Amino acid sequence: MPPLTQHTLPNGLTILLREVHSAPVISWWLAYRVGSRNEPTGLTGISHWVEHMMFKGTERFPAGALDREIDRAGGQWNAFTSMDATKYFETLPAGKIDIAMQAEADRMTEALFDADETESERTVIISERQGAENQPTFWLGEAVRAAAFRVHGYHHEIIGDETDLRTMTRDDLYGHYRRHYRPANAAAIAVGAFETADMLAKIERLYGGIDGGAAPELFARTEPEQQGERRVVVERPGKTAFFELCHRIPSANHEDWFKLKLLDAILSGSSGASDNKTSRLYQALVKTEIAAGLGGWLTPTVDPYLYSIIVTLRDGRSPKEAETALLDEIRRLQSDGVSEAESQKARKQSRAAFAYSTESVTEQAYGLAQSFILGDARWFDNFTERLMAVTAEDVLEVANRYLLPSKRVTGVLHPTDPEEEAAPA
Amino acid sequence: MTDIQASIPNSGNITRAQLENGVTLLAYENPAVLSVNVMGSLHAGGIYEAPEQSGLASLAAGALMTGTASRDFDAIHGALEDVGADLGFRGHMHKVGFAGKALAEDLSLLLHVASDALRNPVFPAEHVERLRGERLTWLQYSSFDTRYRAAKAMREALYPETHPYHYGSYGDEESIAGISVDDLRQFHAERFGPRGMILVIVGAVAASEAVSLATAAFGDWRNCEQSAIRQAREPGAGADELRRAVVVPGKTQSDISMGAIGPARRADDYVAAQLANSVLGEFGMMGRIGKSVREEKGLAYYAYSRVGGGHGPDPWTISAGVNPDNVELAIGSIVEEIERLTSETVTDEDLADNQSYFTGRMPLRLESNEGIASNIHSMESFDLGMDYLAHYEDMIYRITKDDLLRAARHYLRPERMVVAVAGPVGSDS
Repeated sequence: MPPLTQHTLPNGLTILLREVHSAPVISWWLAYRVGSRNEPTGLTGISHWVEHMMFKGTERFPAGALDREIDRAGGQWNAFTSMDATKYFETLPAGKIDIAMQAEADRMTEALFDADETESERTVIISERQGAENQPTFWLGEAVRAAAFRVHGYHHEIIGDETDLRTMTRDDLYGHYRRHYRPANAAAIAVGAFETADMLAKIERLYGGIDGGAAPELFARTEPEQQGERRVVVERPGKTAFFELCHRIPSANHEDWFKLKLLDAILSGSSGASDNKTSRLYQALVKTEIAAGLGGWLTPTVDPYLYSIIVTLRDGRSPKEAETALLDEIRRLQSDGVSEAESQKARKQSRAAFAYSTESVTEQAYGLAQSFILGDARWFDNFTERLMAVTAEDVLEVANRYLLPSKRVTGVLHPTDPEEEAAPA
Repeated sequence: MTDIQASIPNSGNITRAQLENGVTLLAYENPAVLSVNVMGSLHAGGIYEAPEQSGLASLAAGALMTGTASRDFDAIHGALEDVGADLGFRGHMHKVGFAGKALAEDLSLLLHVASDALRNPVFPAEHVERLRGERLTWLQYSSFDTRYRAAKAMREALYPETHPYHYGSYGDEESIAGISVDDLRQFHAERFGPRGMILVIVGAVAASEAVSLATAAFGDWRNCEQSAIRQAREPGAGADELRRAVVVPGKTQSDISMGAIGPARRADDYVAAQLANSVLGEFGMMGRIGKSVREEKGLAYYAYSRVGGGHGPDPWTISAGVNPDNVELAIGSIVEEIERLTSETVTDEDLADNQSYFTGRMPLRLESNEGIASNIHSMESFDLGMDYLAHYEDMIYRITKDDLLRAARHYLRPERMVVAVAGPVGSDS
């Protein structure tokens, strides 16, 4: 891995640079420390909506101008709002990267938030939510998160509640933008074919003059300790049942997170490298024809979150059967531990997964942006090393520390009687 | 190395070898990575199925890795997963495709597992039944997915029942239930063979070594039963029924799928159609359709168009997800844009924008092993020549505004577009 250059401008902007000359391409990212976890009731979804408004133009780059400029250059650009962050990126041929750097500097403070554009975007955002609602699993995920987090901002979906999307005002959005979009709350990341000294000078020239003040106080509420297992049931028209099993786990900066990551690779096989057909849960649920498929999710988050396993039931099988099989496997792991061969396999998978995920400069820059959000610029670089240090004993230890009923939230999606018709119009 | 031309795969840096048994090997060394990708295809897709056995090719492809003469299910997947490697086979309309990846040190293992799965599958009954159950679950789930249902209804209206494109490559619940293990074995015996097979290897392995390892894995494959390669015919007369509505209960959004028969990848006007499509529903955040439906009217989160461009007459489609109350307004806006595209030439600015977009994105398409392998596979599969990418820029800039208009008029007729809508009651108006 080529060296990482870290720098902080006097206005507080964090800079992370990595030269990669394998292709004539640069990926440029701006990451802001604000996401759905920082949204109070009544303003759920505001971070994501602000992200949409950032594509609606500034005086210098009116709406649509950057779409055209970046596509003309053969680039790609997009943005993501997560629970912890809002990230913007452009990946372009190296000789064209200036337009992206100028645009992100401009829209850090100059986005217009035109009133008509805001209203037009309201229906687009509601349409995005309604599109997600068409998937039964969206309802299950929303209900499980709401059950798991009573106080903390992780309790609502990133898209927000429809009632808030209908009532939020242009001034709410603009206020959120002005409060959080400032150098001291952001990082600029570049990975690709450039010279570090030149890139640093260019960043200082474009971003050094932006005076946004101190980093904002982020809205955040601590989730109290869970008192016993929680269960939710969702019913939606359809034919397929789902079962979700979650356990409360620490943040991505806690040493146990990496132990849990290896545990997940052994249990569900979700290493990001290969398929999961030799994993314990595939063998126990899919091979036995209880489930049609399953996956484990361990999202790296700023605050303690959830380790989630989602099972798609086969026709005629019940969520209870999935729950019993899952808990049996967890109990087996808690009592018998894992073999050295299993942990060795998981470590090799993690090495392969890292190799695959670093092929493109866009993926590498994403990793650095995520590291900044987690508060450790080398989190991504050290990922494999920290995972390789996890032992079979560590896996047993965290299985007994976290996979407990008192930290558990379960969700069931029951399909209800569909009345379907199909007819020519 | 920042010279774009030097980084483009071409006849000078791609090693191409034709084995005696008909397998074409293509290898490209990418020293910037730690891994290696393989990608390939054989002529064993859905066009070789009988309609009542729709999904046979896809099920056969999916079952290749459930057991071979020398490895059972666990041995196949254990061999790959132990080293963090991955391999999958997928049935498409014309071909079965496969893709795999591994750390460079494990290329030989990856190729031998791929070879074993392709050549020696035994289709164990127990595993075929499990796979069948998984497919049925997926089909049941998809039957409540409005986007899937709209696309399916559009395809079924656009292509007659006598045409293979009428059917989805995954089949339907009835056809999947009726496929036997013997059907899979017979299909494999007749369709899977080295003749016409393409194998591309890209990654941190010297091209000569990659070819040598691939030859060791596939060079002695013979199948004298392998039947002839078939092409998909034109679907004939246009659709009889231009409008279809599918009610899917309990949904809050409607999905629209509009379509016309589009160009095959080898058609003379394919690239012109691609450029016209970009103007219509791609460039600058989903083109003219995105501007009208999403940006100006705020009707949809997504609205875009796409040219299929495979081995046969794939559809040219327009897709959008809208509130049920806005279905007709969105369809009307899309039709207006199709009318405009087919009645007047695009502006000089439109053409220049899209030519620049097409040529400028080349480095990004070639950033990863997978992207490089996909491009090399396409050049071989569609007989474009190994210098296709090297000449790509010249080809794009030779295309004129009149070429775009001709291509759009050739394939798109606003009054003959098939329109399918899937959503809650009332979304079909």
